[in-house]
Amino acid sequence: MTAALRVFFVGGGISYRALFNWISPGMYVTTMLGSPLFQILFFTYLGRYAGGQGDDFFIVGNAVQVSAMAGIYGMVMGIANERQFGTLSPLLATPANRLAVFAGRGLPFIVNGLVVSTFGFLSAWALLDFSPDPAVLPTLAFVVTVTVVSCTALGALIGSIGLRARDVFFAANLVYFLLLLFCGVNVDVSDLPGWMEAVGRAIPLTHGIEAARRVVAGETLGDVGGLVATEAIIGALYAVAAYALFRLFEAEGRRRASLETY
Amino acid sequence: MARLLAIGWLFHLKNLTNSLFFVLISVLQPVIFATIAFFMFDAGRRSGGLLYAALGAGLMGIWSSTLFGSGGAIQWQRWQGTLEIIVAAPARFLWVMLPLTVSTASIGLYSIVATLFWGRVFFGVPLDFEQPWLFALALPVTVLSLGLLGLVLASTFVLYRQASAFSNLLEYPIWLVTGLLVPLSLLPGWVEPLSWVLAPTWGMEAVRNAALGGEVWPGIGMCVLLGAVYLALGSVLMQNFERLARQRATLSLT
Repeated sequence: MTAALRVFFVGGGISYRALFNWISPGMYVTTMLGSPLFQILFFTYLGRYAGGQGDDFFIVGNAVQVSAMAGIYGMVMGIANERQFGTLSPLLATPANRLAVFAGRGLPFIVNGLVVSTFGFLSAWALLDFSPDPAVLPTLAFVVTVTVVSCTALGALIGSIGLRARDVFFAANLVYFLLLLFCGVNVDVSDLPGWMEAVGRAIPLTHGIEAARRVVAGETLGDVGGLVATEAIIGALYAVAAYALFRLFEAEGRRRASLETY
Repeated sequence: MARLLAIGWLFHLKNLTNSLFFVLISVLQPVIFATIAFFMFDAGRRSGGLLYAALGAGLMGIWSSTLFGSGGAIQWQRWQGTLEIIVAAPARFLWVMLPLTVSTASIGLYSIVATLFWGRVFFGVPLDFEQPWLFALALPVTVLSLGLLGLVLASTFVLYRQASAFSNLLEYPIWLVTGLLVPLSLLPGWVEPLSWVLAPTWGMEAVRNAALGGEVWPGIGMCVLLGAVYLALGSVLMQNFERLARQRATLSLT
């Protein structure tokens, strides 16, 4: 148990640090915070031009969605880079608890995603007069945390696919942009065509964003409990699917001696 | 030299078209952004905004492909081991790099085609251009001016090891300050002077006015003027890069 916990925390931390072999910490922070800031500004101004919704709709939607920068890209790199950098075979040759290896990679990106979302909300407060009632902030923080965890599970799923796919970063980029479209980030899911709404309701972020908006509008955790629970269940299902794929591709890779081949 | 530019442009255009990443940023991403804008305009009851949104999202794609393609152009040649060959070639380094940066802007044309096609087929966007001939002129002029801006990006970004991450950072701000989807009048007043020195602002104005009605020539004129400035600036910066790389023997070092 102690060994598994050590693999979970230390292994996850080392995996996170490995990111910085290709990007400097300074540039990482700038990218992680700068890009979301401009995304929030872009869509809020576009929303003002389009009309129909108030600033808070776009601010909350985008401030929650930007956590996917860490949740999707980070998790994909955390898992798929092992294969790209040739460290997958040594990693899987160890007797380490696989669940600890896999889940440990998610923790730093969950924290990272929360930092990005928090920065997004703070930027909106400073630049766009976003001022929710302070009393709702603890509930908002809880809702955002559940959503970020759920989104990271989606990233883990794509990362696991990266153990087999040739170009998983294409998929990661595509999914990031599709989340903007399908999850009600800038357009209420009920305004989308039926099939798009159905897709949106089956993926992480959608229910979390909806819950976050209602919390900012003054509703309590009890009011949005169903949405938060749905978000958590969807996240859990994606996490299970991601881990199952991770184990499947590990087993397949061993059987076919193709762990690091492309 | 015309042959060098034409063949270089065609070669890089084919090369970039084979890249999944460039397919993503020049076709899929603009289509996704156009769709979001269509739905937002529809939800906001902003009538007549669909062609505006399709053109804006298309120009956003041209900027993205220029930014990522040109920003990493020299580094890219370096990674492929072709930089030394290009520098050693009898042709001037500038004339070898120029078709590459113009081609990164040119594949952005896929964006315009994709967003107009997508808008027409799925959202019924009316493709009734007010001044079709001027539209046909404004578009290549815009692409060329962005390609020349790409030359400046290529010669400055090479100084930064983290150019690709830096490119990520510049995508949204330029979309915003050049008024590609959001009118500049909605932004703080200090943004407007920034937009004047950026070719996408004038290219967007020319393309949009050609399609929706309005003065086209001022936008085209400013694209030509800024393009000339970018070429002069890019030429100086490219020479500087080449001179420093030869002096310090750092051509192939990342």
